Amino acid sequence: MSLSTKQNLVLVGNGMAGMRTIEELIKLEPTKYNIIVFGDEPYGNYNRIMLSPVLANEKTLEEVMLNDDNWYQKNNVNFEKGKKIAEIDRIHKKVIAEDGTEQSYDKLLIATGSKSFMLPLPGVDKEGVIGFRDVKDVDIMVESAKKYKKAVVIGGGLLGLEAANGLMKQGMNVTVVHINDFLMERQLDKAAATMLQKSLEEKGMKFLMSHASDEILGEQRVTGLSFQNGTIIETDLLVMAVGIKPNLELAKTSGIHCERGIVVNDALQTFDPSIYAIGECVQHRGNVYGLVAPLFEQAKVAANHLAELGYGRYEGTVTSTMLKVTGISLFSAGDFHGDEDTEELLFTDFASGTYKKLILRDNVIVGACLYGDTIDGSWYFQLMKDGTNISDFRDSILFGQAHLGDAGHGDETRIVAMADNAEICGCNGVCKSEIVNAITEKKLFTLDDVRAHTKASASCGSCTGLVESLLAHTIGGDYSQAPSKKSLCGCTELTHEEVRTGIRKLGLKDHDDVRKSLNWKTEDGCAVCRQATNYYLLCEIPGYNDPESRFINERAHGNIQKDGTYSVVPRMFGGMCTPNDLRAIADVADKFKVPEMKVTGGQRIDMFGIKKEDLPAVWKDLGEAGFVSGHAYGKAMRTCKTCIGDSWCRMGTQDSTSLGVKLEELTWGSWMPHKYKLAVSGCPRNCAEATIKDFGVVCVDSGYEIHVGGNGGIKVRVTDFLVKLDTEEEVLEYCAAFSQFYREDAHYLERTAPWIERVGLDKIKAAVLDDEVNRKALYDRFIISQKPAQIDPWKKHADGADANQFKSIKIVATA
Amino acid sequence: MSQWIKITALEEIPVLGSRVIEMDTVNIAVFRGKEDKIFAIKDQCPHKQGPLSQGIMHGDSVTCPLHNWKISLVSGEALGADEGCTNVYETKVEDGTIYLKN
Ligand code: SRM
Ligand SMILES: Cc1cc2nc3c(=O)[nH]c(=O)nc-3n(C[C@H](O)[C@H](O)[C@H](O)COP(=O)(O)OP(=O)(O)OC[C@H]3O[C@@H](n4cnc5c(N)ncnc54)[C@H](O)[C@@H]3O)c2cc1C
Ligand code: SF4
Ligand code: FES
Repeated sequence: MSLSTKQNLVLVGNGMAGMRTIEELIKLEPTKYNIIVFGDEPYGNYNRIMLSPVLANEKTLEEVMLNDDNWYQKNNVNFEKGKKIAEIDRIHKKVIAEDGTEQSYDKLLIATGSKSFMLPLPGVDKEGVIGFRDVKDVDIMVESAKKYKKAVVIGGGLLGLEAANGLMKQGMNVTVVHINDFLMERQLDKAAATMLQKSLEEKGMKFLMSHASDEILGEQRVTGLSFQNGTIIETDLLVMAVGIKPNLELAKTSGIHCERGIVVNDALQTFDPSIYAIGECVQHRGNVYGLVAPLFEQAKVAANHLAELGYGRYEGTVTSTMLKVTGISLFSAGDFHGDEDTEELLFTDFASGTYKKLILRDNVIVGACLYGDTIDGSWYFQLMKDGTNISDFRDSILFGQAHLGDAGHGDETRIVAMADNAEICGCNGVCKSEIVNAITEKKLFTLDDVRAHTKASASCGSCTGLVESLLAHTIGGDYSQAPSKKSLCGCTELTHEEVRTGIRKLGLKDHDDVRKSLNWKTEDGCAVCRQATNYYLLCEIPGYNDPESRFINERAHGNIQKDGTYSVVPRMFGGMCTPNDLRAIADVADKFKVPEMKVTGGQRIDMFGIKKEDLPAVWKDLGEAGFVSGHAYGKAMRTCKTCIGDSWCRMGTQDSTSLGVKLEELTWGSWMPHKYKLAVSGCPRNCAEATIKDFGVVCVDSGYEIHVGGNGGIKVRVTDFLVKLDTEEEVLEYCAAFSQFYREDAHYLERTAPWIERVGLDKIKAAVLDDEVNRKALYDRFIISQKPAQIDPWKKHADGADANQFKSIKIVATA
Repeated sequence: MSQWIKITALEEIPVLGSRVIEMDTVNIAVFRGKEDKIFAIKDQCPHKQGPLSQGIMHGDSVTCPLHNWKISLVSGEALGADEGCTNVYETKVEDGTIYLKN
C-alpha cells in the first residue's frame, strides 16, 4: 500500500467510456488521484466498435487496442486486468472482486457498459449460441467459421448486419432473420431499407424477413432454429443481435438507484455523491445511449467533475448512425419518419442506388436518412444540431454542400473512390493515404486530432468536409462527428455564444476578468481564445484593446510575410486616386527601397518587404500625403470595390463610385468578427462583383439592390438579396445596421457567408428589415463604435505610440 | 565561456509580450510572462524560421505567427503533435534589469 495522501479513484469497467474519462481526467489533473482500474476482460481497453472490421478481416485486434498495458504503466494507472467486481461496499467505501481482491475508494466510477440481449428462447444456452459484444464473441465466430459452414444471425439491425457481413467474410453461408418486414427500422425508412437489403443480397447475404424465432434446436450444440410459422432453418452457429442490456446488477445490488440504467444527473453523478457512472450503463434525463459519441461527451463532463473543476454539464446528445459494411454507405439521424407537421424533401434514384430524405419542421432539419451517397451526412447533421433555417437553399439542399460552391473541391465527393495519393488538403499538401495512416496508426478519433497530426484542414479549412468523411469511413461509426456543443478552444468548455453572453451579462471588463469569472482552465488562455475574447470585449466596449491578445498583423498594423517583413496597403477610398496620391506612394517606395509593389485584388496598392522598424516612418510619410491604414491585415472592414458608374459608363444607372466612397468612409476602421468587404456596382452587369461581397450594392434605374453574405474566397458563395432601397441615405443606414448586427451576432472568425448559413437569412431580415426601431438602434451603436475606431492606427504609431514594439534591442558583444 | 549579459530594464517588455534582442550572430526573443517570469528563446521557429517574438504568448509557451505551432519557452520544443526544437537561453532579473547567459 502506498503511503500517499492522494485520494483513490476506482474505475469498474475497462471499456470505452470509462477509459475515455480517465484519459480526459489525466489531461486535466495528471496527479490528483491514485487511479485503479478493474476490468473483467483479459485485455487493455480496445475500440469495441472496431470489432466489426476485425471480424471482417479488415483489421487486427492489435490495431484496435486503445490503451495497451504500456499505457497504464506510463500513466501510473493501476490496472487489475481480468478481475470482475462482485460487490460495492458503500459503507466502507470499497469494492470487492470475485477473486476476493478488495480496494478502497474515495471516488468510484462505474462504467460497466452493457451485454448482448439474448432472446429467452428454449435452447438459448446451447453451444454455438452467442451475442456480438466482445473479443471473446469474435474469437468464437472466427473459430466456428473454420469448422462449420452455416450461420444464422437473429436481428437485422446495425449490429446484426455487421455480424452477418463479417461472418460472410469469414467464409460462412449467412442468413439474417428479422422480425420486421424491413431492415434497420430504427435507423431507416422502408425505401432506404429495401435498397440496403438489395445490395446486401447482391453480396450474397440471405434474409428471412417477418420471421419470429421459436426454439433453438440441437443436442449440445445448436443445429437449427424453428420459427413460429412452423418452418425450420439449419445452422451451426447462431448469433443474437437483437439489442443490448445495460449491466446494472452490480449497481443495483449495492443499492444505487437504477431504472433502465443507473440514474445520473448532469454531472454524471449517481444518487451516492461519491459514485459516478458513465457509458451505456447509465440513464441520463430518461435516455440510455448505445453509441460512443454521447459517451465521449459524458466522459469530458465526468472528468471535469472528478478534477473538481465542477463547471462541465452534460445535457444529452443528438445521435446519428452509419453502418460499417464496406461498400455500403448509409447515414441517418434524428426523426426521419416525420409526422403531420413536418415536410419531406426526397431524392430517389433506384438505378444508381441513391436515396436521400430530409425531414423539415418549419424549414429546420429534424431528421435525415441517406443511402448510397452519404457525403453530406455530416453537413445535414450539423445544420440539424444548429437548428439552421434552410429556406434559402432549400431548392438545392439535396444536391449537397458542394453544390453551394466550393473553390477547392467542386464535385470531388466520393471520398472512398479517391486514389490513395489524391491530395485532400491543398494548403498543406496532405494526401488521402497520409490521413488514413495517421488515423489508424495514431488512433485518432476527432477532426482536431487529425488536424494536429497531419495538418489536413488546419489552414483554410475548405477540405474539412472531406477530412471528416475520411475519418468516418476509416474508423467507421459516427464518433468523428463534432460534439453537439463546440467549445471555443481547449481552455474552456464554453461555446462562443456562452462566452459572449457571459461578457455581456456579467459586464466583464478585460481578459483576466473573463478567464476568472468564466472559469478558464488556463491562466493566460491560448492564441485562439485570446483573440476571440479580445474581439468580444472590443465589441462590448468600443475602443477596447489588448495588444498582446491580437495576432501580430493587428498588433503591427501590417501583414507579416514569410520572411518576417511586412506589407503596407494604404486605403484608397472606393479605389479612387489622384496623380498626387500615386506620386506620394511612389516617393515612399523609392525612399524605403520597397522591393516589390502590386495592385491588389481590392483596388489599391500593396508595398511588400518592409522591415518592421521602418513601418512607423513609412506610415508617417503616407499619412502626411493624406492616406490612412487600409486594414488589409485586420479582421476588419477591408475594401469597398466600385465600378465607374454613371459618371462615365454608358450603362451606369447611379453614381456607384461616390456611393462606394461614402460607404467606405462610413465603415473604415471597424473591427469585425472576420474580414469584411463591400462593393458597389453601377448596373446589373456588376463589374464590381457586388454579389460575392459581404455587403454588396447593385444599382438599378429605380434605386439600389442590397445583397449580403457573399464570399469570393475559399468557398464561393453568392449573396442573398436583402432588400431594394430608394436613396443613398437608406443604403448607408442599412449598411451600418447590417454590419453592426453581424458584429454583435457572429462568432469570431466567422465570415458573413457561413454566419448566414448557420443562423438563416430570416434572422437577419427580422433584425434589420422588419424592425425599424431595432435597425435604428443598430445604426446608432455602429456609429458609436466607429468613433474610437476611425482614429488612424498608422498615424498614432507614426506619432510614437507603442514605439518599443518596432524597435529591437541591439547588443554588441563584449569581451 | 559563458557570462551574464545585461539586456534591458524589465518594464521595457510588456507583460505577455516580447522584445527582440539583436546579438552579433543571432536574434533572441525575450518574453515576459505573468509574475515577471522571463524567457529567452532563439527568434526562429523550428518549423519555417518564423519570428517567434511576434507570436502570442500564453503560460510557458508561444504560438508562432506564421503557422500556429506552439513552442515551449522553457525547452524550446514544439508542443502537441509537432516536432522540432529551437534554442533557449538562461535569464535572470536583478534590480529590475534582465540578464541573459551567453
Ligand atoms: C494582397 C491580396 C492579393 C493580391 O495581391 O491581390 C491578398 C492577400 C492575402 N490574402 Fe486575400 N488578398 C487580396 C484579396 C483577396 C480577395 C479579392 C477581393 O477582395 O476582391 C479575396 C476573395 C474575396 C473574398 O474575400 O470574399 C481574398 C480571399 C482571401 C481569403 C479567403 C477568405 C474567405 O473567407 O474565404 C484569405 C484567408 C483568410 O482570410 O482567412 C485571404 C488571406 C490573405 C492573406 C492575408 C494571407 C495571410 O493570411 O497572410 C494575404 C496577405 C498578403 C499580404 O501580405 O498583404 N484572402 N483575398 C489582396 C488584397 C486586397 C486588399 O486590397 O486588401
Ligand atoms: C460490434 C459492435 C459494433 C459497434 N459499432 C458502433 C458504431 O459503429 N458506432 C458507435 O457509436 N457505437 C458502436 N458500438 C457501440 C459501442 O461500442 C458502445 O456504445 C461502447 O463501447 C460503450 O462503452 P461503455 O464503456 O459504456 O461499455 P463497454 O465498452 O462495453 O465497456 C464496459 C466494460 O466493463 C466491463 N465490465 C462490466 N462489468 C464489470 C464488472 N463488474 N467488473 C469489471 N469489469 C466489468 C466489461 O467487460 C467491459 O469491458 C458497437 C458495439 C459493438 C459490440
Ligand atoms: S495572396 Fe491569397 S491566394 Fe495568394 S498565396 Fe497568399 S493567401 Fe493564397
Ligand atoms: S514557421 Fe512557425 S509555425 Fe511555421
